[in-house]
Amino acid sequence: MSDLADLTLAAAAGGLRSGDLSAVELLEAVHRRAAMTEANLHAYLTLDREGAARAAVGADAGFKRGADLGPLQGIPVALKDNMVTRGLETTCSSKILAGYLPPYDGTATTRLRAGGAVILGKTNLDEFAMGSSTENSAYGTSRNPWDPDRVPGGSSGGSAAAVAAGSAMVAFGSDTGGSIRQPAALCGIVGMKPTYGLVSRYGLIAFASSLDQIGPLARSVEDAVAALEVVGGYDPADSTSYPGAVPDYRSGLESGVSGLRIGVVTELNGAGIEPAVQAAVNRTLDQLENAGATIVQLSLPSVEYALSAYYLIAPAECSANLARFDGVRYGLRRLGENVEEMMSNTRAEGFGPEVTRRILLGTYALSAGYYDAFYGQAQRVRTLIIRDFQAAYEQADVLVSPTSPTTAFPIGARTDDPLSMYMSDVCTIPSNLSGDPAISVPVGLDDAGLPIGFQVMAPALGEPVMFRVAAEVERLAAFGVRAPLASSEVG
Amino acid sequence: MPVDIDIAKVARLARLALNDEELAGYRQQCEVILEHAALVQTLPTEGVTPTSHPLPRTNAFREDVITECLDREEVLAQAPERDGDYFLVPRILDEP
Amino acid sequence: MGYEPVIGIETHVELTTNSKMFCGCPADFGAPPNTNTCPVCLGLPGALPVVNGTAVEYAMIIGLGLNCEVAPRSIFARKNYFYPDMPKNYQISQYDQPLCVNGHLDVETGAGTHRIGITRVHMEEDTGKSTHVGEGGRIQAASHSLIDFNRAGVPLMEIVSEPDIRSAEQARAFVTELRAAVLRLGVSDAKLEEGSMRFDGNISLRLEGSEAFGTKVEVKNMNSIRSLQRALEYEIERQTALLEAGEPVVQETRHWDEEAGTTSGMRSKEEAFDYRYFPEPDLVPVAVDHQWRARVADSLPELPAQARGRYIEMGLDGPVATVISRDIEYGSVFEAAVAAGGDPQTVANWLTGEVTALVRRTDLSLAAGPIDGASLAELSAMVSDGRLSASAAKDVLAGVAAGEGPPAAVAEQRDLIQVSDTAALEPVVDEVLAANTDAIQKLRDGDDKVIGFLIGQVMRATGGKADPGAVTELIRSKAG
Repeated sequence: MSDLADLTLAAAAGGLRSGDLSAVELLEAVHRRAAMTEANLHAYLTLDREGAARAAVGADAGFKRGADLGPLQGIPVALKDNMVTRGLETTCSSKILAGYLPPYDGTATTRLRAGGAVILGKTNLDEFAMGSSTENSAYGTSRNPWDPDRVPGGSSGGSAAAVAAGSAMVAFGSDTGGSIRQPAALCGIVGMKPTYGLVSRYGLIAFASSLDQIGPLARSVEDAVAALEVVGGYDPADSTSYPGAVPDYRSGLESGVSGLRIGVVTELNGAGIEPAVQAAVNRTLDQLENAGATIVQLSLPSVEYALSAYYLIAPAECSANLARFDGVRYGLRRLGENVEEMMSNTRAEGFGPEVTRRILLGTYALSAGYYDAFYGQAQRVRTLIIRDFQAAYEQADVLVSPTSPTTAFPIGARTDDPLSMYMSDVCTIPSNLSGDPAISVPVGLDDAGLPIGFQVMAPALGEPVMFRVAAEVERLAAFGVRAPLASSEVG
Repeated sequence: MPVDIDIAKVARLARLALNDEELAGYRQQCEVILEHAALVQTLPTEGVTPTSHPLPRTNAFREDVITECLDREEVLAQAPERDGDYFLVPRILDEP
Repeated sequence: MGYEPVIGIETHVELTTNSKMFCGCPADFGAPPNTNTCPVCLGLPGALPVVNGTAVEYAMIIGLGLNCEVAPRSIFARKNYFYPDMPKNYQISQYDQPLCVNGHLDVETGAGTHRIGITRVHMEEDTGKSTHVGEGGRIQAASHSLIDFNRAGVPLMEIVSEPDIRSAEQARAFVTELRAAVLRLGVSDAKLEEGSMRFDGNISLRLEGSEAFGTKVEVKNMNSIRSLQRALEYEIERQTALLEAGEPVVQETRHWDEEAGTTSGMRSKEEAFDYRYFPEPDLVPVAVDHQWRARVADSLPELPAQARGRYIEMGLDGPVATVISRDIEYGSVFEAAVAAGGDPQTVANWLTGEVTALVRRTDLSLAAGPIDGASLAELSAMVSDGRLSASAAKDVLAGVAAGEGPPAAVAEQRDLIQVSDTAALEPVVDEVLAANTDAIQKLRDGDDKVIGFLIGQVMRATGGKADPGAVTELIRSKAG
């Protein structure tokens, strides 16, 4: 490969340790790529050139001293702009946080810095991570490196576009209903949502606290593993953090799928899935079977209700989480004759339509007289979904489905119809409700040359088997195609 | 199940100053979404414990020790309006 | 037929933990504004709460001290409402699954013992503090407000009573007893003036004998136990007048005005509060197993009611026992004095009488001060064996308080030891009798009142040091 910006993290990490390349060179290559692609893609909201340069110099000095801080040392990484970074503008793509400079680093950011990562900047997202296309950003939509007239998916669309285009080697996003996996699928890269609690949420600006998880977007399964190793693990600052040790994910990556039982979820395959997407998924299933896996068909009846439950639980939690944006301590303020008016004017002006809609929905779903019929019932349905998954994992080691029912859709195609936009997440939402890990791996292109993602789901803390299957899917699919925009000729 | 939302009341609770036209639009959209979401009500859930959390953990406690506070200047620098060492807000009409 | 008040009281108590409820900022009072803050208690985007384990234990201590059941599993909830000094615009509190439920507190009034039910004790976080600027600091007339978030997140316990209280006097006794209990339990400084203990009252009236409840009014802004009693008395009068005039009582929140001595309705809300409680997804449940509960229960200090019972067994009368048992410092000095040989009732009388007066006069602290159990025991012994007169004993006490030394030394130094030795008194008595022959004659004639005059003369001649009993005896024997 001629351009350093196109290296996988694993290859770059090797080069940094052998002395074949430096973190500064790597950063320069990625910056050159960003300079060419950003005008088209708008993956970033903020590029921190000075901070990144300092980190790269520091990483190189570390290598010279023989200090090895782990797999991300010297690697240029991008952070979704809902991850708090001290002194670096953090907006959640919302007007209400324009110019906000957080006085602290989130745990993931702290661990990345401690691990010698070179933080490039902050990537675009749907405002407060609410959306599936990045069109809900107050600062302009990001575009898909495979076709700039199409969305990169969302809400971590900026992170996905950057990794696919080579303007970041790896990126982090957050996944509440599919916000890492769906854009990864639409941009032809790997995206992974860890088990709830595996990565600390401290410093992740909350959308729906019981569903949010930080995870990596990367060019390979191995790269995703490396990124997760750095940010994962117990954090006492997050009460919902998993208190155990992070297991070894790498040893199984070469083990193949022989002897594994792979469950095809009836409710997430077939109906409502674009034929080209389903065909690619079926082809992958055949390959897995040939590679020695047993394919079993499984029904999870309650999963049909997942989308409905999600659109009660997530807005309810968001209505409280976003109450703190009131013009008192930080962010936007609009004048008002008294404090109530000031807050109401600030919030009406500061939040975009999708966020406003979800706050209204959630406020209603929690209000007196409706709580039990809506929020309470959704939480009971959540219990049933968890039970269905537990039963399914008695019969299968992993479950699979398409990541997204469709490939990347044109910009503007779904903005007027919230429900059709919400359908983008129909395959990814169940894992958020159950708290289980899931990963999207690119397995092919449709007729329009747009990438298709294959989703592997595993039980809670089942990352080792999930990565093992995903690595085999990656080998079998031999996807290996780069986004057309990820080349020096385009700009 | 048709859903009928008092959208003005909900907007007031959520501190969102929306005009009538906006309210009407949001009301219509929210009602469509809620009608879809009301699908959850068709699933029998008698005796099912609600899950508010996917993680079965209890007693995540912190030791009662003092940790470092933020620098006041760094905090107040983000305030839309301040008066000396305080955050300043327009007059408050009610006790909480 | 008369009306009967039905009163319930919600008490908020700040805990004396080192750090706040959900973060490591100091929980103490009086730091410069906005210095005890961090991302968590400022509600900065991305910050998450973590429960202070000691605060949970303190809440259990209060619950067990109030005879509550401790729930094996309880959860936190978000209480949603917008207020500028509440950083997240929701308060982390407990709602349908609180830590402690179903307790009671026995309180004494002149009318006897009353058992007041405790509905629940739950944990929550305090808010910041708003200062209203302009027009004398009143909220309604202020031009703007200034906010200090130091108090935001300080551990706060809400103690909710059943509507078992039937008079303002009982309400006063209840909060007095509750405050004493909290202080004895050692988990709060319960300072009303600093707001580390606050209360709201709920009051309705009903016809005597009726079981139904009347319309409830919530009364806020009482800053002392006395103002609680006054506010409730005022409300009872106000509601009685309304009912007697056939007018309805409006369900509302009313504000106590300390200066005016009245309550007034607060601006009526456009809509009733809808707090939209739901389980706090950032926190996990609190599970209290048998061992934990037992360990806390076994380490509970003695409560005021228990101390009172013990004091009565030691011979104190009820009212004095109540006063001493409600104050942990009085209790410890009293017990030390009795242990040093002091007579319980005498020591108790001294404590509730002269010592209390002295404390009020001089800002004396019992805990730190030189007046301790040993000195009170010594003082009471000196009075009962006649070495000190009652009035001289007050001087001695003042001397002890001023650090002049133990009672005997002070009495010696101030020359206050009574003279009861007949040989020493006889010459003085002879002198007085010789100078007052008329008086002696009157005494012999049966005018007994005159003996007071004679004793007074002897006392004056001895500078007040003569033992009045010994003097009386001498005069009588000599006048014969």
